Amino acid sequence: MQLPGTDEIIDDLAFFDDWEQRYQYIIDLGKHLPGLPETERTPERLVKGCQSNVWLIANQQDGRFQFEVDSDAVIVQGLLALVLAAYNDKSAQAILDFDIDGYFTELDLENHITPTRGNGLRAIVAKIKGMAQAA
Amino acid sequence: MSLDVAALREQFPILHRRVGNNPLVYLDNAATTQKPQVVIDALVDFYTQCNANVHRGAHQLSDEATRRYEHARDSVARFINAAYREEVIWTSGTTEAINIVANGLAQLLREGDEVLVTELEHHANLVTWQQACRRSGATLNVAPIFDSGELDTDAFLQLLSDKTRMVAMPHVSNALGTVNPVKALTARAKEKGALVLIDGAQGIAHGNVDVSDIGCDFYAFSGHKLFGPTGIGVLWGRKTVLEDWPVWQTGGEMIQDVSYHEATWGALPNRLEAGTPNIAGAIGLGAAVDWFSTLNISDVQAHEQHLLRYATEQANAVDGMRLIGTAPDKIGVMSFLLEGAHPADIGFILDKQGVAIRTGDNCAQPLMKRLGIPGTARASFSVYNTTEEVDVLFKALNKAKMMLA
Repeated sequence: MQLPGTDEIIDDLAFFDDWEQRYQYIIDLGKHLPGLPETERTPERLVKGCQSNVWLIANQQDGRFQFEVDSDAVIVQGLLALVLAAYNDKSAQAILDFDIDGYFTELDLENHITPTRGNGLRAIVAKIKGMAQAA
Repeated sequence: MSLDVAALREQFPILHRRVGNNPLVYLDNAATTQKPQVVIDALVDFYTQCNANVHRGAHQLSDEATRRYEHARDSVARFINAAYREEVIWTSGTTEAINIVANGLAQLLREGDEVLVTELEHHANLVTWQQACRRSGATLNVAPIFDSGELDTDAFLQLLSDKTRMVAMPHVSNALGTVNPVKALTARAKEKGALVLIDGAQGIAHGNVDVSDIGCDFYAFSGHKLFGPTGIGVLWGRKTVLEDWPVWQTGGEMIQDVSYHEATWGALPNRLEAGTPNIAGAIGLGAAVDWFSTLNISDVQAHEQHLLRYATEQANAVDGMRLIGTAPDKIGVMSFLLEGAHPADIGFILDKQGVAIRTGDNCAQPLMKRLGIPGTARASFSVYNTTEEVDVLFKALNKAKMMLA
């Protein structure tokens, strides 16, 4: 399933006026991601958050990054979808140029969606940026 | 007489705030408790009226600060029934208190010696001993629990031997709420000649801690889980043991005579309290202890048991809800899992409804592994919680179930 673009996600989320709808949207967004089979959830792919586990696989094809992620928590999975909408199928330069903090602000994450604390979101962003930097 | 919870709540300003559009329902008391106005006042009053360094000033402010600071020590000593006031050592919290003992012990341990802990430990009462054993070549034994979270005392006693130098166990498990029979186990450990440390992080706020009655050598706890400020805690230690205990930090306050190349150590409690202490924190903790001591402790315990029973009954009626930790003797904590819902997701959705709980490994990774679960959602209760708040918790959980199904 194709993830919507970042602008579309920003628009969609702005449309909802209660938290339940926002959360439902985020959860549904997470369902766009195929997840990873148990065998692919290896310790070296684990990005440890305090409250839930996140696994990340990165591949490069024709100079673009392809990411596969999975989380054992569905809201975290949805938050990961927000991140992948920004980073997937992008070049290293495009990843580094993207204003992720501005994007999070536009999504109004702090106020309307559980903020980025403790859920591994920051850790994933740092990891992806690190990969882009090393590329 | 029963506890007047409404009147009690009036004393906690934070309990009147809202989170989003909802009144705060604070059920994360095992992580930290809220503070009554008297504790907040004690902090503000210290800084506005008599801020000065203690034990050294040649002026009135320092005298007043010292008096308040040492009065707090008296309050704590009385609260836990210590035989001597100088047995109360201020620390930054439970973790530092245990570190003082574990670091000292590491210097005394030899290969072949043993340290005994339990599977219930949170990291503060595990990593400390584990590292002391690694440094000294001693062996760390871990007493098992049953699946209910109850300590297997027979197995515990089998692991006790005359090689056991130290037994360290929690008074109450932070993750499961299990209350351990610390007095009986301490007696058995003392028969073998072992030192005993009780990790009182969770035990202290439920009242009736009497270190003389328990018979242990050390009791460690944090102020912030006892309605006091963060950054202050207590190591209580038996005078005869603490007098010779290897010093922890060195520097000012803890010395007697100093030359450029040598120093001798001062007397208790100062020898284990290097540097300028957390004066305001100690005074705040003293105020918290004085406040808590005004409550009727059997009323407090009856109220907390009532809350836990009330919550447990509702939990048992929820389809797909599984309680983690069902030991017969349990207090303050309801850890649980909801079928098909990750604890983190539950926490997020409860938060949006104003309900504050803890989710995750509860700072007890090996225990979670032992129980075969990645973590739990944990609601923990304190004196000021109400059955109405428990109802809100379950209403919020119901919504989480619907959304996460």
